[in-house]
Amino acid sequence: MTSDAIAARSPSVVNPLFGYFMQIQAVFSAEAQKLRHDPFELATRAIQPLLWLLLFGQVMANVRGITSGNYIDYLAAGILAQSVLFAAIFFGISAIWEKDLGILHRMLVSPAPRSTIVLGKALAAGVRGVIQGVIVYFIAAVAGAHISLNPLHIAGVLVLIALGSAVFSTLSLIIACFVKTRERFMGIGQVLTMPLFFASNAIYPIALMPPWMQNVSHANPLTYQVDGLRALMIEGGVSEYGFAADYGILAAVFCVLVLVAERMYPKLVA
Amino acid sequence: MNTPYAVEIDGITKAYGNFKAVDNVSLKVNAGESFALIGPNGAGKSSIIKMLTTLSQPTSGSAKVAGFDIGTQSSDVRLNIGYIPQLLCADGALTAWENLLLSARLYRIHPSEHKDRIGEVLAAMNLADVAHQRVRGFSGGMIRRLEIAQSMLHRPKVIFMDEPTVGLDPAARNTVWKHVRHLQDEYKVTIILTTHYMAEVEELCGRLAVLHRGKVVGEGTPAAIKSDMGPQGSLDDIFERLARNDDEEKSGKENYRDIGRNRRSLAKRG
Repeated sequence: MTSDAIAARSPSVVNPLFGYFMQIQAVFSAEAQKLRHDPFELATRAIQPLLWLLLFGQVMANVRGITSGNYIDYLAAGILAQSVLFAAIFFGISAIWEKDLGILHRMLVSPAPRSTIVLGKALAAGVRGVIQGVIVYFIAAVAGAHISLNPLHIAGVLVLIALGSAVFSTLSLIIACFVKTRERFMGIGQVLTMPLFFASNAIYPIALMPPWMQNVSHANPLTYQVDGLRALMIEGGVSEYGFAADYGILAAVFCVLVLVAERMYPKLVA
Repeated sequence: MNTPYAVEIDGITKAYGNFKAVDNVSLKVNAGESFALIGPNGAGKSSIIKMLTTLSQPTSGSAKVAGFDIGTQSSDVRLNIGYIPQLLCADGALTAWENLLLSARLYRIHPSEHKDRIGEVLAAMNLADVAHQRVRGFSGGMIRRLEIAQSMLHRPKVIFMDEPTVGLDPAARNTVWKHVRHLQDEYKVTIILTTHYMAEVEELCGRLAVLHRGKVVGEGTPAAIKSDMGPQGSLDDIFERLARNDDEEKSGKENYRDIGRNRRSLAKRG
């Protein structure tokens, strides 16, 4: 059969359900291939958590009263969550970049439901976060944190990292749909990361915060991610809110954000 | 497709606030025809393409593409169209093969056909030798050929090309034209093309519509439109006259801020 003869045939298409997962895979694989072509970004992103653990952590460990136990143990989970947050919250820039280059137009004129594009991107951000998380895990161990090597705990940590990445990257996509330019996004991204980070239990206990800030912290998804990470990552760790709340709240927030992003995404090019 | 028309536009309008980018346009394009939309910047060409490709919604009016309503059957429309946007939009971080694989999956093409179909369109566009090279190293002409390959992978009934040769050198433009003619001759696909190059219209299109300030001000074959301009008339004459009218009307009335605002508006309208 000549090439023209084959290309002239309409293709066989898979059923919509299988096709839905194939479309998610399409977006995810494209992101994964980009990372495979240029893994340098992952290495550079490991520098910031390294500095937090080795500089900030070593100094603050000498300050009495922050926690009752080893501060590096306390900080490790917070820095792991922070590194994932900081990477994910700027994920929306890639959406704006894709809009500016016309790549997004091509995706949006395909028959893929918008939710598959959002889920594919979130999944890719999740895997990116997991790879980054593994690096931070090692840095935390070297910095003196008492890391749990229980395989179930490690699996739980990986799921939490992926879920957290998916939550914050999807939030980032939504912000990108509002601001539409890279310059504005950089400003908003900086403004968002600090409150999310400091109004959480990442580097100090919520009990140390004033009441209004404690309320903000309880509404912050990062708090639940850090709580779960701290319980699973560190030997003898305990979840303050319970694993059901930690995973459940993150999953629920993710579902809501996907629904919003699915509606917002086409507006980026309209 | 139960209608002889590949595209039927019925009184379509696109307004941004008080400004009408497209004003009550009605057009019919026959199946298998190659049809051009021409006009100065801001005439409404790209706004029409955006609506027909479901990237934006009309303010009023309706349209059918490949027999499907753009408002109520947008998924069916997207399954039956190919799109080559104004920008060179293949993902530079991916290889040519990976770009095509992304498209194949987004269009739910059965995995058993991916390898053959991608190999064939690459061969048809003379890109087989560079299939596994990253697109960021390609010339503009090669990227356009890759985008034509992407748009043809799922055998669409209608292909929209928004200024497909803008920014290409004459040699690359001729190569793109050769491949577009290949699509016309071999696959009998309907092509809707916007362009500023009148030679492109005469080379590729059987009919055209002249747009000015969102309205159709002329429609017919290139020969008929040219004859309206007198015995020595050319399509360039029409274009220049419309553009000059705009310039004369604006001269003396605009200040720097107006021009800046208009440029931003034009950019938004494509």
